[in-house]
Amino acid sequence: MNLLNSFRLDGREVPFTQGQTIMDAALAAGVYIPHLCHNPELAPHGSCRVCVVRAGGRMVSSCTAPAAAGLAVDSDTPDIQASRRAILQMLFVEGNHVCPACQKTGACQLQAVAYYTGMLAPHFTHFFPRRALDASHPDFVIDFNRCILCELCVRASRDLDGKNVFAISGRGIDSKLVIESPTGRLGDSAFAASDRAAHVCPVGAILPKRGAYAVPIGQRLYDRESISQVGDVAANEGRTAL
Amino acid sequence: MSISSHETVTKMVGGLLAARGHEPELLLQHLIAIQQAYSFVPEVAIDTLSAAMGVTRSRIRAAIDFYAFLHAEARGDFDILFSDNITDRMAGSEALRDQLCQRLGVTPEIPRADGRVTVGLTSCTGLCDQGPALLINGLAVTALTPLRLAAIADLVEAGTPLDHWPADFFAVQDNIRRAGLLLSNPETTGAGLRRFLELGPEAALVEIERSGLRGRGGAGFTTGLKWRICRDTDGDERYVVCNADEGEPGTFKDRVLLTRYADLVIKGMTLCAGIVGARRGYLYLRGEYRYLVPHLEEVLARRRGQGMLGRDILGQAGFDFDIDIHLGAGAYVCGEESALIESLEGRRGVVRKRPPYPVVSGFRGLPTVVNNVETFLAAARVIEHGGYWFRSEGTEQSAGSKILSVSGDVARPGIYEYPFGTPVNQVLADCGGGDAQAVQVSGAAGVTLAPAEFHRALSFEDLPTAGSFMVLGPDRDLMAMTRNLAHFFAHESCGFCTPCRVGNRLLEALVEKVAAGHASAYDVEEMRHIGGLMRQASYCGLGTTAANHVMDILDKFPDTFQRRLRATDYTPAFDLDAALSAARAITGRDDAGAHLEEA
Repeated sequence: MNLLNSFRLDGREVPFTQGQTIMDAALAAGVYIPHLCHNPELAPHGSCRVCVVRAGGRMVSSCTAPAAAGLAVDSDTPDIQASRRAILQMLFVEGNHVCPACQKTGACQLQAVAYYTGMLAPHFTHFFPRRALDASHPDFVIDFNRCILCELCVRASRDLDGKNVFAISGRGIDSKLVIESPTGRLGDSAFAASDRAAHVCPVGAILPKRGAYAVPIGQRLYDRESISQVGDVAANEGRTAL
Repeated sequence: MSISSHETVTKMVGGLLAARGHEPELLLQHLIAIQQAYSFVPEVAIDTLSAAMGVTRSRIRAAIDFYAFLHAEARGDFDILFSDNITDRMAGSEALRDQLCQRLGVTPEIPRADGRVTVGLTSCTGLCDQGPALLINGLAVTALTPLRLAAIADLVEAGTPLDHWPADFFAVQDNIRRAGLLLSNPETTGAGLRRFLELGPEAALVEIERSGLRGRGGAGFTTGLKWRICRDTDGDERYVVCNADEGEPGTFKDRVLLTRYADLVIKGMTLCAGIVGARRGYLYLRGEYRYLVPHLEEVLARRRGQGMLGRDILGQAGFDFDIDIHLGAGAYVCGEESALIESLEGRRGVVRKRPPYPVVSGFRGLPTVVNNVETFLAAARVIEHGGYWFRSEGTEQSAGSKILSVSGDVARPGIYEYPFGTPVNQVLADCGGGDAQAVQVSGAAGVTLAPAEFHRALSFEDLPTAGSFMVLGPDRDLMAMTRNLAHFFAHESCGFCTPCRVGNRLLEALVEKVAAGHASAYDVEEMRHIGGLMRQASYCGLGTTAANHVMDILDKFPDTFQRRLRATDYTPAFDLDAALSAARAITGRDDAGAHLEEA
């Protein structure tokens, strides 16, 4: 292997091409680095921080850090997995994530990554924010309680659909997903079931109406295999009946 | 709003668009003007802007929700915001605010029923040397006393327009206590620019490189290298941006530099433009310093008239450069250069992904130099006097001098300029803060020093600083500072990344739990756990430094927390017995069995 075009990820040589990030190269080599806000179809974002790795001694998000020849990258180590677990716990207490009562359970990336990193409880004090549900659209419902602010829908609508249906508003802990329409409701927006933005949500925030529980709990995507084997929800569309 | 006022708003917004333009990057500037006119941004203004600028309504609403000085709901005709820095609190701002609220009959942050007035809080307004301070409709009022607030209450009740208020309410002192290399004998004629024209861009850049000048905003990137990268990067245009978003709590030197040394700052920007090949510059001024705009516009206009700005500067064909002032609207994170550029482009101030760095891909995606006010001033003096002159002071890695903003428990607060390498002790001796218990160096994101460290030298090698120097006297309870800073970061986190967005709120809650006497040793470990994660995993410098103050208190002043802890392993943040009161009320019980015993 040409060492000029490879780096070491947990001791394993991973090839890369110029311009690839650590995440790109790892995914191409079939090495799983847990992530939530990353989707190869969209520009890297780096906001969830679940994909942090130690590269050249510094903690970086692998989805935004460029791969570099000879770089030593640690990913699957106990301390990094512990950091990821704490980040996931933060996401769990920030919103209202009630897995047993969620339609997306078993096919939710937040839940699956939490299992993968060995998270057993949310640990931190729950914020219990009061957030509304938007069922105004004929085909889709948005449950803001489960939004993790990954901005995948924002980016997909803007960059793939050319629509700008979604945006992030506010600041700090008051940041929130908002919808571009005169009323602020999804039903009055340009959103359509065929939009890419309708199919990139990694959690149970943007859900199609009807057809829930077509696949029984226990037989869903991540019920059968770990996310490290089958990858993202979005990559399993079609196979992932909810 | 009535229909006629709808028309008024539409007309006003139309006037703004006609006067300044329709480019999306002007969105924030238009929103600030609308906020000033109406005390909020009416729906109809959002519609008008959206249609005229080709910007979505949600993007406009997102900006309004992001910036602390913009509001979707009406504030009072008089919108009063008390500066809430720790130095303001130390000077008694909380009691003064309570006094004003009581006198005016208002609840904090809620407009009075008649719409006359709102009283609220805002992050440090950069007047720590003459606080407590407040902003009224965006203008700074300093040196607050019970007497002055009583007069303010009367003026508000009488509805007296601000331009009829006593001028001394708005007087801002410069308080320059020690002038060194940069602040002594300032030159305001065109000599520096003529020197640049003699040298030519390459030789001038070599002087900057020779000086060893590093960015004064805190990070300390080598200025000559930044300018050279910009100069060497291909781009149809290049931009020069002056970062005057002086938001770090306890710093106010840029306020003074822009008041007294504006010519030198603008000259520094002009020289930078000449060196890197930029034709357009922006001075991004924090909203708290809006009162400086007329003065700065005057200086810009004068320099245009003198041929030192505009087309063919000093007769040099093709040396074109001009500067626009863009205002911020209350967001600490916009002091970070890429967030500043986002804000300059009219969006929420969220830090960009790097690489690419702004010097390669900045404003409008083109090569952009962003430097601090003090850096431009220093660069102007380097061109006047040469790189070696600048190097004659300072240390190996920290050439020249540093301008400090000194405040807190000192006899002589104000601006002090020292050679780099000066120990903290000397600053304390000079400003009259000799018996300090602690010094907060470089602001909220900086470091808390204990007396055992006062020998340390202000320099990039030992104690880097952006200039904030807040002194806490022997009788201060450091818990008050910790609470203030924890609240500050929870308020100022932009919310983009998980560790900073959630971590700061968790830390704030834990600090409050300690202060309330409900915390135990477990909570202290939790703070270390959360703080460590924020340092490691946050997306930008705000998040990685936001827990510094808590970690420093834990390491250097452990008693601040320890003496407030309960002896138990764990105590919840709420009172369990009180939580049962609703159940007792419903069941009509109040016997001993319906109460929990204190653990």
